[in-house]
Amino acid sequence: MEVLKIATAGSVDDGKSTLIGRILYDTKSLTTDKLEAIEKTSKKNGYDYLDFSLATDGLVAEREQGITIDVAHIYFSTANKSYIIADTPGHVEYTRNMVTGASTSQAAIILIDARKGVIEQTNRHFFINNLLRIKDVVVAINKMDLVDYSEERYNEIKADFEQLMDKREYRDQKITFIPVSALKGDNVVNISERTPWYSGTTLLEHFETLDRKDIFNVGTPRFPVQYVIRPKTDAHHDFRGFAGKVYGGELSVGDEVVALPSQTRSKIKDIYFHDKKYQTAARRSSVTITLEDEINLSRGDMLVKVNDLPTIEKRFTATVSWMDSQQLTVGNKYIIQHGVNKVLAKIDKVHHKIEPDYSGVDTEVDSLGMNDIAEVSFQLNKPIYYDKFKDHRTNGSFILIDPNSNSTVGAGFIS
Amino acid sequence: MDTAHINPLENEAIYIFREVAAQFERPVLLFSGGKDSITLVRLAQKAFWPAKIPFPLMHIDTGHNFPETIEFRDRLVKELGLELIVRNVQDSIDQGKVKEESGRYSSRNSLQTTTLLDAIEEFKFDACIGGARRDEEKARAKERIFSVRDDFGQWDEKNQRPELFDMLNGQIELGQNVRVFPISNWTELDVWSYIEKENIEIPSIYFAHKRKVFLRDGLIWSHSDYVYQEEDEEVLERMVRFRTVGDMSCTAAVFSEAKDIASVVQEIRESTISERGARIDDKRSEAAMEKRKQQGYF
Ligand SMILES: Nc1nc2c(ncn2[C@@H]2O[C@H](COP(=O)(O)OP(=O)(O)O)[C@@H](O)[C@H]2O)c(=O)[nH]1
Repeated sequence: MEVLKIATAGSVDDGKSTLIGRILYDTKSLTTDKLEAIEKTSKKNGYDYLDFSLATDGLVAEREQGITIDVAHIYFSTANKSYIIADTPGHVEYTRNMVTGASTSQAAIILIDARKGVIEQTNRHFFINNLLRIKDVVVAINKMDLVDYSEERYNEIKADFEQLMDKREYRDQKITFIPVSALKGDNVVNISERTPWYSGTTLLEHFETLDRKDIFNVGTPRFPVQYVIRPKTDAHHDFRGFAGKVYGGELSVGDEVVALPSQTRSKIKDIYFHDKKYQTAARRSSVTITLEDEINLSRGDMLVKVNDLPTIEKRFTATVSWMDSQQLTVGNKYIIQHGVNKVLAKIDKVHHKIEPDYSGVDTEVDSLGMNDIAEVSFQLNKPIYYDKFKDHRTNGSFILIDPNSNSTVGAGFIS
Repeated sequence: MDTAHINPLENEAIYIFREVAAQFERPVLLFSGGKDSITLVRLAQKAFWPAKIPFPLMHIDTGHNFPETIEFRDRLVKELGLELIVRNVQDSIDQGKVKEESGRYSSRNSLQTTTLLDAIEEFKFDACIGGARRDEEKARAKERIFSVRDDFGQWDEKNQRPELFDMLNGQIELGQNVRVFPISNWTELDVWSYIEKENIEIPSIYFAHKRKVFLRDGLIWSHSDYVYQEEDEEVLERMVRFRTVGDMSCTAAVFSEAKDIASVVQEIRESTISERGARIDDKRSEAAMEKRKQQGYF
């Protein structure tokens, strides 16, 4: 079973909701009652076409304001894959929402209005998708119907976007351009006859043919201990299982492992998924591991292979995406949640604020506001066992929790 | 085990269950006897095996449930050796805390909120695990996996915590609690396919059976003492099954001949009527669900 999560990015009115609605409609994922509701409301609003954007717009407050506010999830499936679309909106809280949506996605769609071409917002969308190291990005050039399906216009926009690509840091990102009309349905699910000059796939076909290796970065296995299972029953008297999810690579029975922070060595004895034993634990599987030796591990500890140690440090620098209305200021203390491990952290230094638009403007600051992105140095009360974000998406990222409000106030990507 | 053959949704749900057990002191699994909560129980078993599920189940009983569901509930709890807490909407009515609705669309469904909030306070639960899915309804699409509720059980959709990567922030203040949705990312078909693959037993009303029903507003209602029925609404006997089970007064049936899980899955695959189309209370208003959620409804 394959699940592909796709983040979407576009400015207000570029046609994001229409595109998602179109995908649902053409894959026959809209149920009769939803379709009826769309027809009814479209008619009520006096439209002479079906307003597919109604398929995705959620909360009452939003309907009143006519905008989408937060990250919404939309589900559909083909015979081949299950899809989750993380729809993020295009206004002020955008950076925060987009970082959030992108963090759990393996692919992304960046929408461009063919009449407007690459605009400042496009730079931001691309910057964030690249920062979050999303492996597969589709640039959907929308509203092709309004530019007479012009190949020239398409090539112009493509060339503009390619200039941005030269500036990107994460080079392995695969980028595909597709000319579409969300409203008319060209090249979304069905190939269009109005773009005979375009020889690529439709948007959906593109995702259908993505392979696992195209979307996941394989690295070194990391096993953060989530929970210790000690049943203390007659049948399992001495059972001490370490429950957790495997990230980055596989683990197998017999692997020599080191427990962190104690640095104790042991070997993997058994790997359980529910009541069955397996020889290997797959990447992203939630398993229970037992060890050859009696080692005391608790939540937040980590098992790694002996030759693949992460960095064990109390200080590091990270790119921080700030998500709270209360400012981040030098000297402030936060809780860092790194996977399932929590430590206390102090802000040592804010190096500079990064404008997420490739303008190259870096401003010296010592505090950060909502939606700011900056390089920040941290000092911790205990070491954590991390990899750089570029080497390990899971073990290189963390969230910041405000100890007073308990809110999640930011996210960090270790440099 | 290789990545190509694992079910990412199942692994995510197990991860979430373990986060709940590790981050909270008094979690509870809200159990309705429906297929989603039965699926949750199976996932929780997998998360903690060979240990028992480390928290109780709780059923907020409207008193208008299908008898098949209650029998099933009691048997499941006994077989798995689980602890079950039952709190009754009838008691909240008797205490004068809520008022029974009357008339054509009366239902006890929305009355559950008060009983639930009282029970949370009584047991000091800090995490309530539920089977809601984001695909069920538009207002649910934005629900977090860990959704913080204030002292009054209220949900503030504008002030939710961002959830990044796999990291779940369960830090709360005293008096707050978190609603947890381990199968957030599952669709109705995902749940049914899982039930089929895992051979999970579910109450008989999910399969086609003969039942006395009547038709209203294009929906099939159960003929029962608990369901308001006009005199001119004729009682018919038909083969039906249910896609969701809740209070009898707000759960509509569908015509079906699907007598086993494989045929149910087949029907769902082909069906184009969303599951919520069979929830009578949602028909009352498009924004119904969202309103109820803000008031603390599950
Ligand atoms: N002509 C044309 N109009 C479009 C297309 N896609 C979207 N629109 C229109 O652009 C407007 C904004 O679309 P919407 O999907 O609400 O944009 P969002 O703000 O990005 O979600 C609506 O009036 C749509 O009907 C397209 O491909 N062609």
